[in-house]
Amino acid sequence: MKVLLKIWRQDDRDAAGKLVDYPLDDVDPDMSFLDMLDMLNEQLVRRGERVIEFDNDCREGICGTCGMVINGRPHGPLTATTTCQLHMRTFNDGDTIVIEPFRASSFPLIRDLKVDRSALDRIIQSGAFISTHIGTAPEANSILIAKDAADAAFDAATCIGCGACVAVCKNASAALFTGAKVTHLSNLPQGKIEAQRRVVDMVATMDKEGFGSCTNTEACEAICPQEISTDYIARMNWEYNAAKVRQTGKSS
Amino acid sequence: MTLDAKIPEGPVEQKWSRYQATCKLVNAANRKKLDVIIVGTGLAGGGAAAALGELGYNVKAFCFHDSPRRAHSTAAQGGVNAAKNYQNDGDNIYRMFYDTVKGGDFRSREANVYRMAELSVSLIDTCVAQGVPFAREYGGVLGNRSFGGVQVERTFYAQGQTGQQLLLGTYSALSRQIKAGRVTMYNRHEMLDLVIVDGQAKGIIARDLITGEIQRYAAHAVVLATGGYSKIFYLSTLALGSNATAIWKAHKRGAYIANPSLTQIHPTCLPQSGERQSKLTLMSESLRNDGRIWVPLKAGDERSPNAIPDDERDYYLERRYPAFGNLTPRDIASRAAKERIDAGHGVGPLKNAVYLDFRDALKEYGRDGIAGRYGNLFDMYRKITGLDAYSEPMRIAPAAHFSMGGLWVDYELMTSVNGLYALGECNFADHGANRLGANSLLQACVDGYFIIPTTIGNYLADQRTKNLPSTDAPEFQQAADAAEAAIRKLLNVNGGRPVDEYHRALGAILWDRCGISRSPEGLQEAIIQITELREDFHRNVRVTGGSHEPNNELEKALRINDYLELAELMCRDALSRDESCGAHFRTDHQTEDGEAVRNDDDFAYVAAWEYTPNGTPTLHKEHLTFQDVKLTARSYK
Repeated sequence: MKVLLKIWRQDDRDAAGKLVDYPLDDVDPDMSFLDMLDMLNEQLVRRGERVIEFDNDCREGICGTCGMVINGRPHGPLTATTTCQLHMRTFNDGDTIVIEPFRASSFPLIRDLKVDRSALDRIIQSGAFISTHIGTAPEANSILIAKDAADAAFDAATCIGCGACVAVCKNASAALFTGAKVTHLSNLPQGKIEAQRRVVDMVATMDKEGFGSCTNTEACEAICPQEISTDYIARMNWEYNAAKVRQTGKSS
Repeated sequence: MTLDAKIPEGPVEQKWSRYQATCKLVNAANRKKLDVIIVGTGLAGGGAAAALGELGYNVKAFCFHDSPRRAHSTAAQGGVNAAKNYQNDGDNIYRMFYDTVKGGDFRSREANVYRMAELSVSLIDTCVAQGVPFAREYGGVLGNRSFGGVQVERTFYAQGQTGQQLLLGTYSALSRQIKAGRVTMYNRHEMLDLVIVDGQAKGIIARDLITGEIQRYAAHAVVLATGGYSKIFYLSTLALGSNATAIWKAHKRGAYIANPSLTQIHPTCLPQSGERQSKLTLMSESLRNDGRIWVPLKAGDERSPNAIPDDERDYYLERRYPAFGNLTPRDIASRAAKERIDAGHGVGPLKNAVYLDFRDALKEYGRDGIAGRYGNLFDMYRKITGLDAYSEPMRIAPAAHFSMGGLWVDYELMTSVNGLYALGECNFADHGANRLGANSLLQACVDGYFIIPTTIGNYLADQRTKNLPSTDAPEFQQAADAAEAAIRKLLNVNGGRPVDEYHRALGAILWDRCGISRSPEGLQEAIIQITELREDFHRNVRVTGGSHEPNNELEKALRINDYLELAELMCRDALSRDESCGAHFRTDHQTEDGEAVRNDDDFAYVAAWEYTPNGTPTLHKEHLTFQDVKLTARSYK
């Protein structure tokens, strides 16, 4: 099949960017989207042109490295699918496909489709852990956890940190990402002692990193490759308010 | 140099506790005066960084990803083993030790394997305390399942995303130390060389992957935890960035590489579907708990699988290995699949696959029951193939997966370079000639969390009084200049062939000649082909872009440059090991019914290769002694 790619090219954060046309022939419908970009890049190399920079690694939908906006939608047209798991059979022969980077001021652009998502790491570093010392833990089965609770924690913990939720949000909010981590940990009996400080610090870090506020449009849930639920945002808000009430005696 | 594995005296079950009781310690006040570099922050490196940070050392941690959470450990699906005996099925540390030594076809070191089994118990405790949401029974206790090569249920899992959940646990422990200021994290940095001062590893040269700047970092010790290198086959289950550069550069600086040709071919991957494919996707081996593997009895049978009646199906694993059936170890299952495919019984459009059928399990457990166990794997299968495994069997095929070979390390996980350590998949230890399922996460975790924090102290205790070398030292200058020169050289070739073309060509050579089966003739031809390909690479490769900017092509070119050298060593290793063992199946050493024939008299050793500039590598042998497990022919029948 043939496609016309319109790809965002931008040398660095301060340079002007623009969409550049790349017609591509002989695309195999069973090819993955990233294999298709590899094919284009090989052609660019043969022509002596600089390749299109994009981040990717595992190509099986789990590492969260890849992500681009395809025809206006982070990770492309399919639900519950990362860019690397998107295949060209999803498109039609002759389609025009517009490819842009994840756009959010908290994700500074590096080059072309590559952006800096380290703000998400800093949210985790602000408290998304259980302060246990390695090698000193009690016998694992001494902490019984109901299957429902373990499953609920697991569901929230499957967030891959790709940042699509931020990229799709009109406010560039990281509430789904943060809510998922808060919910993962708050479903478990471990780490309860620091739960209040955790949620307060993580929410404060989201603000500090320049992510916008959540206004419950739920685009993040619709776009999320792991189908992380916006219920977790509610859970985070509940945990946050409860913590604030306990800290100050009044809701924020 | 003679190889001293430094295995502690005494019975195998007391070696580790004796070592811990007698090794040198660094007191808490002195640890903050000591710097440690850790390269790679997956389960092994991230765990080491977190553990050493907790102890109070100054840790500088490096990864080429944009975040440590993306390490390839995240892609491991099935589980992590531990001898907890929660199922009361007779499991214990000795049995796990025995299964692993046997599973590795008696080419691993007893003392290391015993320690891995021993530490598995507290690993699960640590992970649970970190909040890793392992599967639970309704009563709240942890659940288990089985993997290949064992007859007990000792595998802990979090659906099909166990690696992800363990890595997120490690990443959170690491994040805690970053916040505490004990670990400085360098994301998007790739190690390009090792710096040795006075015979000791004292630093690294790294490239900042955004600015392209060549940087120098000094420390009292260097720990490599850079994962496996099976991406050398081009098509493999590994992430695209996985590479051998750090260990290869360490090798060129004096670290021996052990058993480099021992590559695990995983039996349950998705078959190749087209020429432009960049990777093969693994489907967890746990699927073999409930799925049954078969091919049509009649070669070239074109019927859809559901139209083939039972008596025209060949459940070849159940037929050949009745005791273990579909749960035979990976090397045996892969070879058996290749044998059937080569004999014309392969299925799918390219006739390169076998069926993994859930029909009977669906009848027994229902769709919901199967979805609960493997739902995400079935979803993944549908996304990639467009097919529904609930209504027809999956098509699976063998693919290059785990590298059992890697840097040679002693019992302390120190390489043959003083002060240089290697953890997890980038060392050779523990798995022998074949790795049992759910032991890779285990090894990575215990190396990082439990072993290195103790053994590195034994070395650092003597480093306390030594100053950190200046990064202006001539050794740093020389290594940095060499890295710059290698980059300039690649950019200046300005030929016509893209890097990926070389990688695909190299992969094809290795898969054909140093893959599931090897012959002396094939390996000799491969060495010639690799030499030619390497020469062509330096004449005709084209790397666009510049050195001081983000440049994916340059990153790939530097990695393939090292792969082209390592590939030759792999073939030399396979050629010199004149026997069949585990994943190393030599066609000239097999029984009449196609089983591997091992030669313990001549080859019960670890092959450790020393780099010699401008010459063939030198082989050093670490002879393996088996005191606690009897050397027997490995049978799963």
